[in-house]
Amino acid sequence: MASLIGSYSLIFGLGCSVLIIFFSVKDFNKSGNLNSKVISFTFLQLFFIVVSFFGLILSFVNSDFSNETVFNHSHTTKPLFYKITGTWGNHEGSLLLWLLVLTLFIFLFLLSSKKEPKKYRILTLLFQQVIIFGFFIFVIKTSNPFSYIFPIPTEGLGLNPILQDPALAIHPPILYLGYVGSSIIFSSVLAATTLNYITKQWAKDIKKWILVSWIFLTLGILLGSIWAYYELGWGGFWFWDPVENVSLMPWLALTTLLHCILVLEKRLILTSWVIILSIATFTLSMCGTFLVRSGILNSVHTFANDPERGLFILIFLFCLIFLSFFVFFFFHKIENRNTSNFFWLSKETSILINNWFMMYFLSVVLIGTIYPIFLEVISSEKISVGPPFYNKLIIPFLIPFLFAIAIGPKLNWIKSDFKNKKYLLLFLIVSLILSIFIVKNFKIDFLLNTILITSAFFLFFVTLRDLIVRQFTNLSQSVAHFGFSLLILSILLNNIFSTEIITNLKIGETFQSEKLKINFESLEHADKQNYKSLVGKFSIESFDGKVVVLNPELRIYNQPNIITSEADIKTNLLTDKFITMNIVHNQDYFNIRYQTKPYMVWIWISVLLISCGGLISFLRKKYEK
Amino acid sequence: MKNNFFLILTTIIFSLIFYVFYKSLQNPNIYKPNIETGKKIPNFEAKIFGTDTIISSDEIFKNNKYYLVNIWASWCAPCRVEHPLLMELTSQEDLEIIGINYKDNILNAKKFLKELNNPYNIIISDKNGILGIEWGAYGVPETFLIYNNRIIKKIIGPLNESFIIEINELIK
Repeated sequence: MASLIGSYSLIFGLGCSVLIIFFSVKDFNKSGNLNSKVISFTFLQLFFIVVSFFGLILSFVNSDFSNETVFNHSHTTKPLFYKITGTWGNHEGSLLLWLLVLTLFIFLFLLSSKKEPKKYRILTLLFQQVIIFGFFIFVIKTSNPFSYIFPIPTEGLGLNPILQDPALAIHPPILYLGYVGSSIIFSSVLAATTLNYITKQWAKDIKKWILVSWIFLTLGILLGSIWAYYELGWGGFWFWDPVENVSLMPWLALTTLLHCILVLEKRLILTSWVIILSIATFTLSMCGTFLVRSGILNSVHTFANDPERGLFILIFLFCLIFLSFFVFFFFHKIENRNTSNFFWLSKETSILINNWFMMYFLSVVLIGTIYPIFLEVISSEKISVGPPFYNKLIIPFLIPFLFAIAIGPKLNWIKSDFKNKKYLLLFLIVSLILSIFIVKNFKIDFLLNTILITSAFFLFFVTLRDLIVRQFTNLSQSVAHFGFSLLILSILLNNIFSTEIITNLKIGETFQSEKLKINFESLEHADKQNYKSLVGKFSIESFDGKVVVLNPELRIYNQPNIITSEADIKTNLLTDKFITMNIVHNQDYFNIRYQTKPYMVWIWISVLLISCGGLISFLRKKYEK
Repeated sequence: MKNNFFLILTTIIFSLIFYVFYKSLQNPNIYKPNIETGKKIPNFEAKIFGTDTIISSDEIFKNNKYYLVNIWASWCAPCRVEHPLLMELTSQEDLEIIGINYKDNILNAKKFLKELNNPYNIIISDKNGILGIEWGAYGVPETFLIYNNRIIKKIIGPLNESFIIEINELIK
């Protein structure tokens, strides 16, 4: 029943799209306010999608296996929480979520843009409806979440156990809010370019939307990263996996856009940057969806391998890309040259430098992600691009980038100098001494690491001082930049100080090294609702006599049959102790991997701080310097 | 002029990207687990289906014959699909078919066999899925061809006609 209602709602929603487009076009050249029918239909469309989405949730909760999506991704023994989150843990449901967010955002946009010109609002709505319409066709034609199967199976096939996790349950919706939020920016930029309405006021309004999607995208990436850290059991938080990269690319573009829009709002320059970046952000998000869903890249995110689906997104994506080219090349007036004179030492220049750095990082990630695909098509050679590629290309450029972040915000608009900036030199010396002190105790490449850590410390001190001295002026920037410096510093120190022990142990055995003793005390079996669990008890005795007990777990899921390894992590402010165990086939031995990861928690905290910076900026009414 | 140049350039670049993506759609690279063949079969002891008698792997694979180990369950839809093919294989004299009844309700399993006939020479029961893990199974159904205590062929997913032909070829 719920499926039936959901299915019809979806078709009514599509009908609304047609009506909205019809009334908007009719209303476009009329004077006066926006036709209230348009807003009503937009609301109605949102309503239908909500109904449809709840219909799907209900089908999942009731384990209605006559619905193909439910049959493929649910199971009666699955806990209720994961039945609900399973709704968007699959291809069909997640596309329905895309639609939900698309319609929700355009409705909110219409409500919040009452003061803006009518033509601009209608055109934004139209561009957005093109995207919505495309997604409707995609969902209904190729990935209908309400397909009916007969005879009705008595049991479902289950959700991939590694996706049965709280962090991952909310990771997709949050990430989607970020991805799809950029669709509003995309539509709005196209509308504004067509109408030549790129003004300071426009920048001010669109900045809110940029901040919204930026905050959600940041949090979404953070959640995915936290999940990978404790679930995948490798003890890392970023693997330069193509799927991580496709979420990082829109983030880089969006972050750059955020900085550009501040300049645009203040000085009405960099308009081309803003337009291109807005287009890039959304197309990169779509491109990510395409790469991940089509199965070209393979990962836990690849839900279905249906070439028809991939082809549809591909064609749709390129239609949008060519549409935005058309708008950009034929409607965008190149800005007046007089206003785009940059003095070498000014805030504008520093933001421009920031842009180029970000574009460089973006292209490194882009090439690393899609080069293997190109190579395979051209020479049918398979390669995989790993962390060394990214480290080699990104780290050297990180050094000047960090210095630029430290110094850039200190400069004034238009023209600046270095008066009253002596403390910078002091910070630099302190950072240098600190990092030499750290680096010389480790057998790592001295020169590069010293400079790298110096620049990280330097940024850290400068942003920390800003946070204290400037207090509430420019708080959002201080918080976000401080968060970023903390992030870089924690990642660097984490890399240098991490230790790892890999060994095979039987129950009752002890591993001993100079620094610690790992004792495998016992193994407990337990039957849980939809899996069997094996919990190991390990006591780790460090050199100074402190004992920590860790309990890593192996879960043998029944439906589908998959073994997952749950790490046990003891976290405190200074370090994470991380242990995983794995079955060695046909042996009594278990493979034990014990890691210490210093400052892990600061990586998460710093990303939270970065998004807090965005949130503060979003809540602030007044423009910041 | 400059504008046109960029327009043409970007159009070409993006058309190229489109082409490459389109081509790579044709051969999506789905991850296939490495199929370990030539590996020795695991040693185990398990209950014979429907009884409390325990049988060891040495007893099962004692003869100089080909063995086909098939992991199945009554709740598994593809098992139902491949079942007639297993029945077909029962005519092979040099082949013994061993069923591993995987995480199943015994009554349902018996009903399943009654309905579709029993192709298995021996069925052992794997109530909790541990045997499946020892065999390195990825899911149900899964089939292993064994000769001389070694896995010579592993088929993930349901059997189909071409596998049957292949199996018949191997046994000759």
